[in-house]
Amino acid sequence: MAAAEGQGSLQSEPETWHGVVQRTLKRNDIRLVSYVPDRVLTTLIKNLHTDPFFTTFPAAREEEAVGIVAGAWMGGMRGAVLMQTSGFATLANALASMAIPYQIPLIMFVSERGTLGEFNYGQSLVCRTMRPVLDSLAMVHHTATRLDEFEFICDRSIKQAIATQAPVALILSPLLTGGKVFEK
Amino acid sequence: MNKDTPAPARNTKVMNRFDLTKRLVARLKHEEAVIGGIGNTNFDLWSAGHRPQNFYMLGSMGLRVSDRARRRAGAAAAARHRAGGRRFAADAARLPFHHFLAGAEKSQPDRDGQRHLSDHRRTADAGRGNVRHRCHRARLRSGEQRVAADEEDFERLVDRSLAATAPTLIALRIDDKPGVGTTDRDPVQIRERFMRGVGVRKEVNTG
Repeated sequence: MAAAEGQGSLQSEPETWHGVVQRTLKRNDIRLVSYVPDRVLTTLIKNLHTDPFFTTFPAAREEEAVGIVAGAWMGGMRGAVLMQTSGFATLANALASMAIPYQIPLIMFVSERGTLGEFNYGQSLVCRTMRPVLDSLAMVHHTATRLDEFEFICDRSIKQAIATQAPVALILSPLLTGGKVFEK
Repeated sequence: MNKDTPAPARNTKVMNRFDLTKRLVARLKHEEAVIGGIGNTNFDLWSAGHRPQNFYMLGSMGLRVSDRARRRAGAAAAARHRAGGRRFAADAARLPFHHFLAGAEKSQPDRDGQRHLSDHRRTADAGRGNVRHRCHRARLRSGEQRVAADEEDFERLVDRSLAATAPTLIALRIDDKPGVGTTDRDPVQIRERFMRGVGVRKEVNTG
């Protein structure tokens, strides 16, 4: 048994955070993914593009992606938006005037910049606005830091967003993703 | 152009947006979705006679959605329709998105008192650079973009759009009359009625 388990672990791919996102989106029938490109999200975005289950495309702005995914929900298709911290900072109006009052279960994955080794001062400043904005809008948000609990957070948050028709932000900490570092 | 040279006479009539909205709605026979933009546009749409397939934008919503995005979203909806998803009004008429741009003759000061170059002002130049540039960005071919000459031409173009398989754009010159009426400001009801109107959700049987 132990030998068999050992062989299995040799053959299987190691679990990754982006693999968890992809699998969880599928499990919850989220087929439409719009994003603004981001280095941390690159592998996830590439994998979503190559998976025929998903309709994946970039948006010029985060609010554009939010509008598309909101429209998809009203048309009967579930969607999610991928972005970076600085992109979230552009969204207060779209969230306050559409996603929340119209009760749209907007599912957002935000790769977190501005902390744990940030090299860009602007990113470190704008990062500080993210959670206060989420809190002042009374939006559900979780910060994922550990791979072993990520699937639970991800899956349950999506299910809650859909069941309660409320947006959710899943913040992907550098502790989970590795983040982006400046090395010279 | 030499400033002494008179501007060429326009062959497009200045029309009224509410009248055109009523004409548009009257030609919809297949539960097509109509999205009213902010302010006067959705006031007129509401006053033209509410339909469950109407969606009204209350406030700006932060949605400065590009033409390419509209087209992409339409393509996504069409793909879902082809895949056997629920009927979505835009798909039902096999038209991902039809875009009616109503441009006032004069630009209006925005909330900061600045003269703005919104779609409305740009469309006042219908047939010239800006609208064409927008069409180019949206990858609309020349046959998919038209400027309505008058009300009768508008109705003809709407009928042609409804029969088309690709996105279309109809640009209009309109007067400066304000919107008619006021949309009920209940976003949850607007969204819920729309989802039922396009068949995503079923009506509750209260019998």
